[in-house]
Amino acid sequence: MCTTCGCGHAETTIEGHDHQHNEHAHTHDHRHEHHHHTHDHSGHGEGSEAASPSRMLRMEQDILSKNNAYAADNRRWFNQHGILTLNLVSSPGSGKTTLLTRTLSELKDTLSMAVIEGDQQTVLDAERIRATGAQAIQINTGKGCHLDAHMVGHAMENLPIDDRSVLFIENVGNLVCPAAFDLGEACKVVILSVTEGEDKPLKYPDMFHAAGLMLLNKIDLLPHLNFDVDQCLDYARRVNPGIKVLQVSASTGEGMAQWYQYLQAMRQVALIGHAEAER
Amino acid sequence: MHELSLCESVIELIEEQARQQCFERVKTVRLEIGALAGVEIEAMLFSFDAAARDSLAEGAKLDIIRIAGLAICPVCEKQVEVSARFDVCPDCAHYPLQIVAGEEMRIKELEVQ
Repeated sequence: MCTTCGCGHAETTIEGHDHQHNEHAHTHDHRHEHHHHTHDHSGHGEGSEAASPSRMLRMEQDILSKNNAYAADNRRWFNQHGILTLNLVSSPGSGKTTLLTRTLSELKDTLSMAVIEGDQQTVLDAERIRATGAQAIQINTGKGCHLDAHMVGHAMENLPIDDRSVLFIENVGNLVCPAAFDLGEACKVVILSVTEGEDKPLKYPDMFHAAGLMLLNKIDLLPHLNFDVDQCLDYARRVNPGIKVLQVSASTGEGMAQWYQYLQAMRQVALIGHAEAER
Repeated sequence: MHELSLCESVIELIEEQARQQCFERVKTVRLEIGALAGVEIEAMLFSFDAAARDSLAEGAKLDIIRIAGLAICPVCEKQVEVSARFDVCPDCAHYPLQIVAGEEMRIKELEVQ
């Protein structure tokens, strides 16, 4: 448990991040300020001195308010450093890590990139990522089914990343829970593989609603499957009319050029207003 | 599945409140959860006891007020009840509808001592 900010993620471990620090000798370089909310609880102050009898206390506070405050801190930091952050979400086995390793290998001469890897267990994915030469840090969530903004803030303390980079956050494979947790990313990218069934957008509408881009992966397998691409895209747009869609195969490379164009375009947007952008 | 972490957030926020508002025990926690919030009420009730263990809300009653999903059809301008994000307007079949309620995940109030 982190004694600096009181975080209760006892199960979470971040590579290279030890929780031995204390208030006076802590090694965080706190790029993100931890928020401590002070809410104006108008209307219940009069009862606060009453001792033993029970009293009602109005809170009206969003359950995710803490996460959202951490996410805002992360987002501010990414903005200041001209970093484009994408939160990659999918079910397990969609080919996220393969897509990422191909992207890192093919763009390493044109873009500076780093990765935060989220999995319940093992550092296998971070090792696959590092084999491409990119910086990566693994977060193991233990029983946790998603990354949250607080874990990402801590991971950033241990991830060497240059200004004007692209940061990929590979979330835990799960189409439900990561939808609710803002990490401070510019955009969620949902990866759906054609081996999964075209009705996934309707079965997991929150995730497809939250995503700005959908990558339909493994399209090289379409000749062997009964996957109806048009139906799938129709479902996705029904949940999220503005969602952008690219059809790719991370194993053959088909369609990847459009994904790279998307990355470059998003990166240009992330650099707008960044101090060194005009150089 | 993320209900346990939502419950942990609830406990964290309550402990913060306890420091500001000087209470030692929580008897009831009242939440408002929208029908479109992606939260399983049963899982929430189940997770809450585990999350509250060894906290000042241990043994507290979790009371969940469910908020119906409401949307406005941009075409016929009617307010309709929805149970999913992709529901179509029951009158004119238009979609998407503009969601106006049902996404809430809020701690409404506490009964404290």
